[in-house]
Amino acid sequence: MTRDRGPSKFSPEVGIDLAGARKRVGTALNAGLAGVLLSILVVCVLVLAVAILHGTDATVLAKLAKWTPFLAQGFLLNVVMSLIAISAGTLGGIFLGMGQIAPFGWISWPSKVLTQIFRNAPWLVLLFYCIFLLPYQVRIAGQTFVVANWLRASIGLTIPVIANFSEIVRGAMQSIPSGQWEAARSLGYTWRQSVHQVILPQCIKRMLPPWMNLYAVLLMATPLASIVGTQEALTNLRTALQAEADGRLLLPFYAYLLSWFFIYSYPIARFSMRLEKRFAIH
Amino acid sequence: MSDPFIKLHDVYKSFHDTPVLRGVSVDIAKGEVICIIGPSGSGKSTILRCINALTPVDQGFIQVGSIQVTSKNLDMVALCHCVGMVFQQYNLFPHRTVLQNVSMAPIQVLKQNKAEVTERARALLDKVKLGHRANAYPGELSGGQQQRVAIARALCMQPQAILFDEVTAALDPEMVGEVLTVIKQIANEGMTCVVVTHEMGFAREVADRIYFTDGGLIVESGPPDEFFANPADERTRSFLSKVL
Amino acid sequence: MKFFRALHERGGINLTIFYDPFDMSRFIHGLYLTVVLFLICAVASVLLGLFAVAFLTLPYRVPRAIVRGYVAFFRNTPPLVQIYFFYFGLGALVPTSRNAYGLPVAMVNNFDWALIALSLYAGAFNVEIFRAGIEAIHHSIVEAATALGYSKAATFLHVMVPLAWRISLPALSNNLIELLKTTTLAYAIGVPELLYVSNQIWSDNINTFAMMNVLMVVYLLLVGVVAIAMHRWERVLKLPGFGAAR
Repeated sequence: MTRDRGPSKFSPEVGIDLAGARKRVGTALNAGLAGVLLSILVVCVLVLAVAILHGTDATVLAKLAKWTPFLAQGFLLNVVMSLIAISAGTLGGIFLGMGQIAPFGWISWPSKVLTQIFRNAPWLVLLFYCIFLLPYQVRIAGQTFVVANWLRASIGLTIPVIANFSEIVRGAMQSIPSGQWEAARSLGYTWRQSVHQVILPQCIKRMLPPWMNLYAVLLMATPLASIVGTQEALTNLRTALQAEADGRLLLPFYAYLLSWFFIYSYPIARFSMRLEKRFAIH
Repeated sequence: MSDPFIKLHDVYKSFHDTPVLRGVSVDIAKGEVICIIGPSGSGKSTILRCINALTPVDQGFIQVGSIQVTSKNLDMVALCHCVGMVFQQYNLFPHRTVLQNVSMAPIQVLKQNKAEVTERARALLDKVKLGHRANAYPGELSGGQQQRVAIARALCMQPQAILFDEVTAALDPEMVGEVLTVIKQIANEGMTCVVVTHEMGFAREVADRIYFTDGGLIVESGPPDEFFANPADERTRSFLSKVL
Repeated sequence: MKFFRALHERGGINLTIFYDPFDMSRFIHGLYLTVVLFLICAVASVLLGLFAVAFLTLPYRVPRAIVRGYVAFFRNTPPLVQIYFFYFGLGALVPTSRNAYGLPVAMVNNFDWALIALSLYAGAFNVEIFRAGIEAIHHSIVEAATALGYSKAATFLHVMVPLAWRISLPALSNNLIELLKTTTLAYAIGVPELLYVSNQIWSDNINTFAMMNVLMVVYLLLVGVVAIAMHRWERVLKLPGFGAAR
């Protein structure tokens, strides 16, 4: 049998026990669902607590309802920015991560240095960099395009994602037993082919949970864009609070926004925890 | 036999509906050395773990000296002072030196004088021929050395009986002898010993009485010469034919 | 100083913090605040994590549920919104006193709120880290302690904490580095830490790019110091034969 059988030590069920794998992912999904329900419960408790704190003031709830569409609009931008950054960051991270373990020093050294710099710099500082230093408009084929603030913020968020994912890729690739590399090499694969055909497919399972964690961290960083003037949820919330100019609204409004992020993020966190547990057994 | 020191009466224990002990009764006199042998999963280790209350029993009665192990208000410290245990995987504390491993429980649990305990611990380490490794960490020792430290640790509690749970099963063959020699020495000094083992030669040599377990029951018992010469039960014969 | 002035006049790289005493002093003060903020939050978050994880090992449901809720909430909401929530939301409820000039002064100022918010945030991650450390301890070690007569509390204190601490250290040092990076969020509520003063400096001198590079280098150096210190500590506490094998 010449076909690579995968890291049998870690995943004896690869290609054999598909039903079992589905069941496992199924239970993980159930955990995600439970997470949604739980988070909704938490939010209900939170809103109730705030209502009680403020003497069951109906006007607070009415104000929350009134501003909800405006907040939702902002929150949508948070989600969009996070999706842009995770997509671009994942792609960039794969390349940078593979660069880190490339057998050529002129690729691996710069990759390592870039990874360490952008992984260890504060997200907010990187965001400032991109906001101030990226061009406000670009000319493509004679046409002038304005680079919107939120797009530059997305790029600012992409950079740390690239560096963090690069490190995840490197860790996962190096965790593959060296026998796999040797086996691929002895079958005549080049370095690139070994990575594509043998190593990377085995890594994906190991990279998934930390990748999901990274997405959660990224989403939690999107409100930073408000500091550099993007009209996302936190900016909109502060606009709403300024318009209302009512000190009693501060606490419920911020609690409300926190719960939005919680509802979006908690199920993902539960799901990734479940995946991690499933994968850790092997 | 007058007044046994360790007494198990009709002990039952199940793990998740799987019966492990199905009515075990054993009487062990003071100073007696008994060996429990039997196939894997026959409940040998569980008997030991019930004696020092690591595993609570479902039903039955256990007494060690004047301590009722199965009583609700069991004094765990008193029991551990009375009965020591040596594990298959040594279970030394990796963050403490050899000397600290031996002396820490008498100091911290029994609240004995530190200087006295340390002196006793050094003497015990000399006894197991590891006095020169007192300041090493467990991770720096071989398996056989670690197991001898574990025996010294059990002895330092000044127990009246020691339970040995397959203490040589995890060791490389060349280290088995050094550990068995130490146990033999302790047994010859009159310590009450309950030994779960696969070493038939050792059992024959050191035991006053051999118990054979199978399927959660004590199938038969007797003095070693008699036991190995004419086993009464078919299961015992079958087991012995495989291991001897 | 002369060198940096010349660098500005001839090279066009304007690093005011190296020749302008005012900029230098506010930059150093910002650096000082960042370090203080980090150190206090690091200690507080570690203590918080240890306390919370002790609650998790108790056989009572309510304290465990509280700890789980705390961890889930702070890990799954944005730290920046948390800081705003504390500073603006809770800050509005805290009574104010009057200073010598009769002006209202909040009993808890923005620096204090940053301390509280960041400690709670980092603490939530520490709980998870310590929990994983405790779970990584082989149960037979705990059993050996039980067989030597150690009570549950004594086992936790003398056996589980020292071992879990060592297992947790690498993850903890990662989290402390994250905490150091997150101290920049105090900028948002006007704490004059490193990022805040740098922003002031580059606004005053229009030397944004040069100042940003300085800022970046300083943060990377700070992260390096934390990483090296934690690594040293790991090496000091490293046990022969423990870690890789188990």
